[in-house]
Amino acid sequence: MIKKPFFGLKKQGFEYEALKGDKVELQKISTPESLTFLIERKNGDGLDIFPKQGESVKAGEKIVLGGEGAYAVSSAAGLISKVSPFPGDFGQRYAAVTVKTGDEQAEDETFASLSGDLNMRNVIDYFAYLPGKPDVKALADSERPISTIVVLGTDADLLMTTNQYVVQHETDALNTGVSFLKQVSGVAHVVIALPQYLMKKAGAIGGASGVEIRVVDTAYPSASPYFIAKNVLGRETPAGQSFEDIGVFFIKAEAVAAIGKAVISGRPPVKKIVGLVKKDNSRVMVETLIGTPLEDIFQACGVTVNDRDRIIIGGPLTGSAVFDLRQPVLPDTDSIMIQDAGDISPVSDYPCINCGECVRICPTKTPVNMLVRFCEAGQYEDAADLYDLYSCIECGLCSFVCVSRMPVFQYIRLAKYELEKIKEAELSAEESDE
Amino acid sequence: MSNQRKFTVSHAPFWHNGSKISERSYHTIFAALPAVLFGVFQYGAPALAVVALSMGSAIFWELAFTRLARRPDTIGDGNAALIGLIFAMLLPAATPWWVVITGTFFAVIIGKQIYGGIGGNPFNPAVLAMAILMISWKRYFDFDTALVAYDFNFDMRYPLAALKFFGVSSVWSFNAADLLMGKQIGGIGSTFGLGLILGGIYLMIRGFIRWEIVISFIVGVLLTSLIFQQAAPDTYAGPAIHLFSGYTLIAAFFLVPEDSSSPVNFVPMIIYGLAGGLMTVLIRNQGAYVDGVIFAVLIINLINPLLDKIRPKALGRVG
Repeated sequence: MIKKPFFGLKKQGFEYEALKGDKVELQKISTPESLTFLIERKNGDGLDIFPKQGESVKAGEKIVLGGEGAYAVSSAAGLISKVSPFPGDFGQRYAAVTVKTGDEQAEDETFASLSGDLNMRNVIDYFAYLPGKPDVKALADSERPISTIVVLGTDADLLMTTNQYVVQHETDALNTGVSFLKQVSGVAHVVIALPQYLMKKAGAIGGASGVEIRVVDTAYPSASPYFIAKNVLGRETPAGQSFEDIGVFFIKAEAVAAIGKAVISGRPPVKKIVGLVKKDNSRVMVETLIGTPLEDIFQACGVTVNDRDRIIIGGPLTGSAVFDLRQPVLPDTDSIMIQDAGDISPVSDYPCINCGECVRICPTKTPVNMLVRFCEAGQYEDAADLYDLYSCIECGLCSFVCVSRMPVFQYIRLAKYELEKIKEAELSAEESDE
Repeated sequence: MSNQRKFTVSHAPFWHNGSKISERSYHTIFAALPAVLFGVFQYGAPALAVVALSMGSAIFWELAFTRLARRPDTIGDGNAALIGLIFAMLLPAATPWWVVITGTFFAVIIGKQIYGGIGGNPFNPAVLAMAILMISWKRYFDFDTALVAYDFNFDMRYPLAALKFFGVSSVWSFNAADLLMGKQIGGIGSTFGLGLILGGIYLMIRGFIRWEIVISFIVGVLLTSLIFQQAAPDTYAGPAIHLFSGYTLIAAFFLVPEDSSSPVNFVPMIIYGLAGGLMTVLIRNQGAYVDGVIFAVLIINLINPLLDKIRPKALGRVG
């Protein structure tokens, strides 16, 4: 556990983890008995999928949800055995599709048959479930044109190293991916954001294709897209707007490398690189099929979990805890962390004592002490109007230092979620009026 | 089988730096000990009785209120004990028992609990109680009368009272070193300047109180008293008397930086401290009261919410 330093005047903070060693060995996880894929359901989406339950899928074949056409890509051949609703954080809803794998190794050839003549439509149709989960729709949005693509060679949270691994080990695929993205999107300005220690790799990356390589500071949360936009690109995102609004598209290095591999081989990759952080904070990098349940990874890596332990998808400051070992690896699962029951510090229902630790540690200078009072009282609109709710970039540092141990970060996320719901309700009310 | 296991599921972040409210309270109590112990040794059993009764009754009031209001018990966080201790440090050793108990009632119930408990109090609870008592039963807080039964081998006049009523020439006999070493009469825990400074430095380097507030308060006292002295050296005492006598030092380290009633941003903290120092000397030199600290603290507590509106521009804020 990280403790408050004895000398309280010293500013607290974290450094991002660097991936040590030139050659990191991946522990390969074999194909599990069953794989699960989560497809996001928008309002009104049912559980109708194609191919249907009971039918077989090939490796790399799309499983499409009816409605708006959201899809997952099966990472192995098998039989669709089950489709069930699956709840996520903050009201997100998914369709969980379970595929029983067999000995059969059939591979889907649809994407391969396209190759040679790829356009933006193909990118949207085939790359949304790639490892790294690129937000391909935002790239193609004609209402909010993109002028800069930023490839993140950094990782979003502490103890995470997936993108750094990709920059170190998959340079060729990364280069191909970058060139392809430039060509297919028509965006000329591509920036690769890297931690300082990876700069020695910089020569190998994009040397010929004319991309810009920029260094990102190692102090958390410098690698947050908000700070990369501000400090590296010099473009501050106005509070409440998205990066697409200012014409910047962020994509993880892993996703770019996956696109590169798809272009080279004609088969979109289905394997994900995941960092597994064990109870003693030691870490192994594993390579596993997307959809692998956590318990298979734990078994392969010799991790035992007990009652009241905490299993975290993502990093220690911004991740989310899961309740079921059958939780699958998703395209954006970069890290899995196991915390021993004894290491868990409880939150409390104490009010804010106004000590100001959160205000001093907040990288965005949000008045957290006031904000949390309004959020706690449910006055979300005032929180947004008066106390900069939308300046928060959700780094989690305020809760880390909170003396009262309030769930500050959760209050802020809840406030944003509730405001979003109010907005949606107002929009639909307006539509029905018309 | 593994599916039957029950895991802890909660929200991010999953790390915490381990700080907690009780840690803050107990370390502040610890830092106050040198000054309190000095007072207890100087004034003997009556002082100990006041301290014990004050802390005990403060804890009792807190427990009684939370039980009555059906709120969770909060005495474990040490804040009530801390309020009791700070309050006792302000009192003369000969304070009657019922004044102590009434005082802690005002501090804990009126000063803190009716605002919703810890963190909700707009004023420093101990200071608010002190103000109410000083107005209600003035005679118990005249140190010269209250401590008439004691006889020590130093000047037994309360420096600020002497200054107020007999002019600046009457306090020339006090020297800073003696005052710093506690050779003066006053509240149980507020005369031993060196002890207060040591405790305060400990709290500052541990980060339990903010150095910005402490330093600016002291600077405020020094500057204001210096200006007065320069303007009329025959009427007003210099910075040393103002700094080392009365409640100045206990205020700087234990009253002014109280979390809930003080600002958190840099510029507001500086203004808050300076204003406190200014008001303290202003009331001492111009006001009706012998010591201005108590009312000065209440006044700056009052402007704290306004001050904290001065804050840096948040990321992405437009306009």
